[in-house]
Amino acid sequence: MTATVVVTGLGVAAPNGLGAEDYWNAVLRGVSGIDRLTRFDPTPYPATLAGEITGFDASASLPGRLLPQTDRMTQLALVGADCAFADAGVRPAELPEYDMGVVTASSSGGFEFGQNELRNLWAKGNEYVSAYQSFAWFYAVNSGQISIRNGMRGPSGVVVSDQAGGLDAVAQARRQIRKGTPLMMSGGIDASLCPWGWAALITSGRLSTGVDPATAYLPFDGRAAGHVPGEGGALLVLEDAEAALTRAAPHIYGEVAGYGATFDPAPGSGREPGLRAAIERALEDAGTRPAEVDVVFADAAALPELDRVEVEAITAVFGPRGVPVTAPKTTTGRLYSGAAALDLATALLAMRDDVIPPTTGVRLAEDYDIDLVTGAPRLLAPLRTALVLARGQGGFNSAVLVREFRGHRG
Amino acid sequence: MSNTRFTVDDLKRILSEGSGEPEGVGLREDTVDTEFTEIGYDSLALLETNSRIEREYGLRLDEELLETTTTPRALIRLVNDQLTSA
Repeated sequence: MTATVVVTGLGVAAPNGLGAEDYWNAVLRGVSGIDRLTRFDPTPYPATLAGEITGFDASASLPGRLLPQTDRMTQLALVGADCAFADAGVRPAELPEYDMGVVTASSSGGFEFGQNELRNLWAKGNEYVSAYQSFAWFYAVNSGQISIRNGMRGPSGVVVSDQAGGLDAVAQARRQIRKGTPLMMSGGIDASLCPWGWAALITSGRLSTGVDPATAYLPFDGRAAGHVPGEGGALLVLEDAEAALTRAAPHIYGEVAGYGATFDPAPGSGREPGLRAAIERALEDAGTRPAEVDVVFADAAALPELDRVEVEAITAVFGPRGVPVTAPKTTTGRLYSGAAALDLATALLAMRDDVIPPTTGVRLAEDYDIDLVTGAPRLLAPLRTALVLARGQGGFNSAVLVREFRGHRG
Repeated sequence: MSNTRFTVDDLKRILSEGSGEPEGVGLREDTVDTEFTEIGYDSLALLETNSRIEREYGLRLDEELLETTTTPRALIRLVNDQLTSA
């Protein structure tokens, strides 16, 4: 089964824009959502900047019964799923329950909820721990709550592979569509900007300790010294292309045409990291030649060694300066399980509008031979094919190729 | 019911604090005989509610009795019986 799978709806929650259009306008104008943390006082911590979502009011968008049982990441995900359905012109209540499934990515679960309940446990006693802690922290909770709220009883699950997860989840959703489920909700939305989550993120050793929001996260720059974390991500409605055409879906943003995933060799083995092979597998899966790719959305770790690995993988496949490369996540920070899903949404919007959003604030390091789009957006018509790369800490490499859908309408 | 110390309003407040406001009318004087699931509270909401009642009123509610307590009136009666016998 190799049915064509298309994206028909986008739901975006990002530090520089709630909703796909607000976010897209911000990205094109280079507006950043990175600033000093306000959710808690970051003064005692080595890292103090983050991409926070502001102006999100869960109680305005969600039923009262859901509020005490959901972490912030789940509240954002539920609203993101609502937006994606609305964008797709789908009313889930009108579809057969077993024709819809949910596969999301998660990196660490609901940290803020967990922190509050752990505080109740040690400060007051176990009888003060919410019964909802049983699932509110859990990796699969976003998939579960989206499934319950929208009556989606088809194949569902969660993928946990750090920042690669956003792509791995979409690939799993594509598999389920090819096995016969006509519609899947997929992607990832993450949010762990609370003291406990922050302490956990700091242990990665990958966070920027910069205090200037304009220069703290500079992938592919000689000044690269770690990333700024952010919250948010994207949820996408994926459908079997025939089904989408039959119901006259209002948008077909593009086809999820290729996927490749690899795992890095053990550190110190001297073997090549797996990113290049992931790219090649995604191209092969899509039946696409490197010369046909119009833009690469980079993982953009902003650590010199990891940036070099990514530059080498891209130049090995596409040649030196062989393809435009961009990393608009410089305006949001790295969103962990939400990052690659948001990059996919961004790539699809770039294809819609024939424009590559810029990597903000970065001066390309002299020894990186890639065509990095910096400064201003770059018009590129037609922009038909985009490759999104993502790496998760621990050795995960994933690549997804999206391209313009050229099927027939009506 | 002169010895009633646990009222509909108490239960309504505890349900709301622990599990949120349901869609629809929720718990009122005229829905005390409606099943909890019908007014928007599932088994986990009841688990949370019982835990809150226990710690607020210093009780241990009998788990076997709780399993057969499916309406607000029955739960209010169970709590008041325990308060009276305590």
